[in-house]
Amino acid sequence: MMWVRILYFARLREVFGCGEERLALPSSAATVADLLSLLRSRGDRWADELAEGRTFRVAVAQEMAQLSTPLTDEVEVAIFPPVTGG
Amino acid sequence: MIRVQTDDFDVARELAALRAGNPAIGAVAMFVGLVRDINEGAQVGGMTLEHYPGMTEKSLQRIVDDARQQWPLQAVRVIHRVGPLAPLDQIVFVGVASAHRGDAFAACEFIMDYLKTQAPFWKLEHTAEGARWVDARESDQQAADRWAPR
Repeated sequence: MMWVRILYFARLREVFGCGEERLALPSSAATVADLLSLLRSRGDRWADELAEGRTFRVAVAQEMAQLSTPLTDEVEVAIFPPVTGG
Repeated sequence: MIRVQTDDFDVARELAALRAGNPAIGAVAMFVGLVRDINEGAQVGGMTLEHYPGMTEKSLQRIVDDARQQWPLQAVRVIHRVGPLAPLDQIVFVGVASAHRGDAFAACEFIMDYLKTQAPFWKLEHTAEGARWVDARESDQQAADRWAPR
């Protein structure tokens, strides 16, 4: 078992009604892909917004991540829409 | 020097800081991004800019470091505002000082192209029909892709 802190930004924060949560992961959930499938299993808007083919970004420890990026205990994960600054 | 702040900035003061006391600087290129009152055909009354504290600053620093590796730069300043902004407001300042104009122009454009596609900022526009999150543009990604190693 390990814990991750998840941050949601912009549109995703509003759709999920949640800016931040701590989530316990089974030790088999070791990558971004595993975390996403756990979140999708909540169904409803989680399944919709995080479906494969939807466009969103994931950062792990404040670095842009890939599906294969590993997760570690107490790491900060952020999930957000494509950026629109400038 | 990188700042993410709610306060406005003074371009003349930033220019003075960029070039202060450095006679090796022969050129300064600056970019200022502004809030428009029309976007995607809708009247925009204002916008709110959100960012990811911590990651945003690191991301901007990396972009500036990348620029410094590619061009000989004497000084770089990047300021990006967050929070509520109104049409006519300044959003972003990028200032680059170099010995020659070619390097300053190129590095300034590179920094803006990467800022738009890499730095975690998001715009919520306020229109008469309500608030809407601005979508990322394909044209911004294409602008950044021009700089990819050939």
